[in-house]
Amino acid sequence: MPYTVQSQTVTSSNVAIVDTRELMSLIHTNDDTIRLFNFWATWCKPCVRELPYFEELSQSKSKEKFRLYLVSLDFRKDYKKRLIPFLNKKKITASVLLFDGGNPNNWINTINPDWSGSIPASLIAFRGQSCFEENAFEDLNSLNIFVNRCKSNFKL
Amino acid sequence: MKNILITALFTAFFASLSICQGYKVGDVAEDFSLKNVDGKMVSLADYKNAKGYIIIFTCNHCPYAKMYEKRIIELHKKYEKAGFPVIAINPNDPQVEPEDDYDTMVKLSKKKKYPFAYLFDDGQKVYPKFGATRTPHVFILDKDKKVKYIGAIDDEARDESAVQVRYVENAIAAIESGKDPNPSMTKAVGCGIKKKG
Repeated sequence: MPYTVQSQTVTSSNVAIVDTRELMSLIHTNDDTIRLFNFWATWCKPCVRELPYFEELSQSKSKEKFRLYLVSLDFRKDYKKRLIPFLNKKKITASVLLFDGGNPNNWINTINPDWSGSIPASLIAFRGQSCFEENAFEDLNSLNIFVNRCKSNFKL
Repeated sequence: MKNILITALFTAFFASLSICQGYKVGDVAEDFSLKNVDGKMVSLADYKNAKGYIIIFTCNHCPYAKMYEKRIIELHKKYEKAGFPVIAINPNDPQVEPEDDYDTMVKLSKKKKYPFAYLFDDGQKVYPKFGATRTPHVFILDKDKKVKYIGAIDDEARDESAVQVRYVENAIAAIESGKDPNPSMTKAVGCGIKKKG
């Protein structure tokens, strides 16, 4: 079942490759949009399993100031061979960032000090505030609970 | 006022959760008894001449665990004689990840000729005590089972030839010369440990 995003259409081949600096500037964007970053990879089964919930969530919030980024930790060498075919096959419409940050021991703490480095992991960022979860979501409902918990803790 | 109090309570609650999430460097680890791929139960106490232990939570299915298979074998070959054996533990629930069942562990260890114990955390009682969160996840203990290092094997999973810092080797060198490893904690990407719910 293909998903459509009303605000903008991102084709699967439209994957941005970002480094730590670029990802952090996106996380720290100081505007009125809530940004959800889901860290995943094509080789991570629980990540792949929860992707539809993220797409559904994003779709349900298409009229809100909310943006989803699927941050892939796939290897850069697998970009054409694995990532693009996967996104096409699963008809992923959300923005996908292929993250290449070098030594994880440096960037994991930069992204969130509470993160041990396991995936899936999700980060919600809003005006310099963040909210983090290092576990898979079982269904759309548990993802929604996480998003609402984060939102209620953010100062406007 | 009420809101502040609730926020404070929540903060305290989540802070206490993170405190309870397993061993920190300096803690003394509890021994365990887990089934090895040869069917025998293995404990740290079985390693009579150990000067320390390289405990690695790893598994069959995870691509990151696979990338480190060969390096884990090399670590054992290099350090077992010096008194630092590798003890691998599969922490995953095979009902969540069928490839991480005991039979597949036995097959994998035969195929790859694992020279070290590969134990099954049946019932998932051991990995939460350590606070392991991913595979692979390394805990180096000294001979008194004091945790000296927690983290990654090295700084480059993909390509061994591109490794710049060998964290585990550096940690053992430090312990052997009576020093504390620096860094004593590192982070790495890995597969989250598979558990129900």
